[in-house]
Amino acid sequence: MALIEVKNLSKIYRDNEIETIALGNINLTVHEGEFVAIVGPSGSGKSTLLQVLGCLDRPTSGEYLIDGKALNSYSDDELALIRNKKMGFVFQAFNLLPRLSVLENVKLPLIYGGIGEPRRTEIAKKMVDLVGLNERSDYKTAKLSGGQKQRVAIARALVNDPKVIFADEPTGNLDSKSGEVILDFLQKLNDEGRTVIIVTHESYVAQSAKRIIKVSDGRIESDEAVKGQRIIRRDGLVK
Amino acid sequence: MEIRDIIKMAIIGLTTHKIRTFLTILGIVIGITAITIVTSLGSSAEGFILGELENFGSNVAFVIPGREGNFGEESILTDSLREKDVEALNNKNNVPDAEMIVPFVFGPTVVAYESEKYHTSLLGASPGNKEVDKLELADGEFINDEDVDQKASVIILGSGVKEDLFGASDAIGEKVKIKERLYRVIGILEPKGQSLFVDYDKVAIVPYTTAQQYILGYDYIQRIVVMAISTEAVPGMVKDIEKTIRDSHNIENPDDDDFHVQTPEDAAKTFSTITDVLTILLGSIAAISLVVGGVGIMNIMLVSVTERTREIGLRKALGAKNGDILAQFLIEAIILTGAGGIMGIISGSLLSYIGTIIIYQFGGIDFPFSSPLSGALLGIGVSTAIGFVFGIYPAHQASKKSPMESLRYE
Repeated sequence: MALIEVKNLSKIYRDNEIETIALGNINLTVHEGEFVAIVGPSGSGKSTLLQVLGCLDRPTSGEYLIDGKALNSYSDDELALIRNKKMGFVFQAFNLLPRLSVLENVKLPLIYGGIGEPRRTEIAKKMVDLVGLNERSDYKTAKLSGGQKQRVAIARALVNDPKVIFADEPTGNLDSKSGEVILDFLQKLNDEGRTVIIVTHESYVAQSAKRIIKVSDGRIESDEAVKGQRIIRRDGLVK
Repeated sequence: MEIRDIIKMAIIGLTTHKIRTFLTILGIVIGITAITIVTSLGSSAEGFILGELENFGSNVAFVIPGREGNFGEESILTDSLREKDVEALNNKNNVPDAEMIVPFVFGPTVVAYESEKYHTSLLGASPGNKEVDKLELADGEFINDEDVDQKASVIILGSGVKEDLFGASDAIGEKVKIKERLYRVIGILEPKGQSLFVDYDKVAIVPYTTAQQYILGYDYIQRIVVMAISTEAVPGMVKDIEKTIRDSHNIENPDDDDFHVQTPEDAAKTFSTITDVLTILLGSIAAISLVVGGVGIMNIMLVSVTERTREIGLRKALGAKNGDILAQFLIEAIILTGAGGIMGIISGSLLSYIGTIIIYQFGGIDFPFSSPLSGALLGIGVSTAIGFVFGIYPAHQASKKSPMESLRYE
């Protein structure tokens, strides 16, 4: 079943009467359980595409459906609910709140999702355990290494049990070893049936996905299945 | 999202920049301090004055020489009230509702006993002063009508005067000297403390006729207290008094009056005018500093919203609704001003308390510290309202940020 369906979608920025076409006429379907890498040079529109798919931004025109429902007429708050319940986000810059502990950062989506205590702590702890940071769950995130921060971000993205994880250059700020750990996590999540959509400009990262969509000048240049997915298996590193 | 979560987030937001947060709320602290002082000292003053006036009872009227003025500076120097006025007032046909006519004079003097000297206030009294001023005798007796008629050289000493001149030994029957004339001590007052006009512990009382002739050296009267048969009778009695004295002074046009009649109620009005002026003055300072403080809060909240653009974007990405973000920043502003309010209440209460101590130490007035509860409630109310008014705009700015642009904000 199609999880996300996009028809004739475009995104145009207007600044002082100058129009910039960030995305033009995108048609795309992502099925449940896919692992998609969106690639392209910087300025190609790949990040904009991810943000529109992640309901962080509205398209200028075109149709967007998730689980068969068109979102065009949804209000800001309805989109917030969709993001909260169906989506998880991992960003290049981690975007953790530095003054909160690991556990509190992971709890944030549950707070906005209306999950009360003590269930909130229970779920968040499980996720912190899953990314192997249970011993650091009371640390302020400012004190963690980059790799640890991104693992907190993954725990946070998973805590509301979303259908799809969006990751925008998740390894971009990490050394290669930490980056591999993150990719391993994403592959495992995908193995468990979760849809993963990742934006990257590095081909070895893209090769970890099952499908690569190349974006250039706001248009889809190619959309192909990955032959010979790069499988990262480092048992023992995680957990 | 629960209110507890919002408050927790707001507190974390505020404690990020502690010094900045504190400086921001100084204006609110000062404003609420002023409000607390106004209400606390204001009600202290009001309680004090009302207590003093109650001391006189509500069934009296004061006849004061001179035209009505604010502080009667003119009246002390005016010699319009004479013995004939007292006689006219004593005539039951003129003022039927008067129960007692109490003329008196006062001035500073020095009482001497052996080598000891005591600077004191002299009260040239009538027998009725005992009741009007609610004086109790620790020992001996008060002056009587005969003493007044005969200009007797008798004296009653306040407890402090007696203590100073005689120590523990008995003073009744002893003779003290005022202006080279000897006075026999016939009574000692119970300690009473500072009253609005006189400290009765430091007073010396002689018959008013004696005071006029031998001590003050004039024959006019400074005050006549007229006690009515009841409180209800006072307004009518005041009219009778005015008519009687006008007749006695051959005055036809009330505009030419060389005296005026005042009731404790009038006096209370005069005092409340003074406290009202002070209240308005301090209230304006409070209002100005609260508005300035509020604008400062709005400014710093706008800075904070800009600084935390990425945080706002992230929260929205994780599912925060516009209302959640609005609530977070609004609660931050309200906690900010509320904390300022609490600090203001504490410092205002402290300053009020110190104020009452200073008034007691230097004014010798037992000025009761009044609990600033109403001021505290007002302060809390005003400061949270300021937080709301000046916080709503920055909070609204925060809530309507687009999640995508906020996440990209550098």
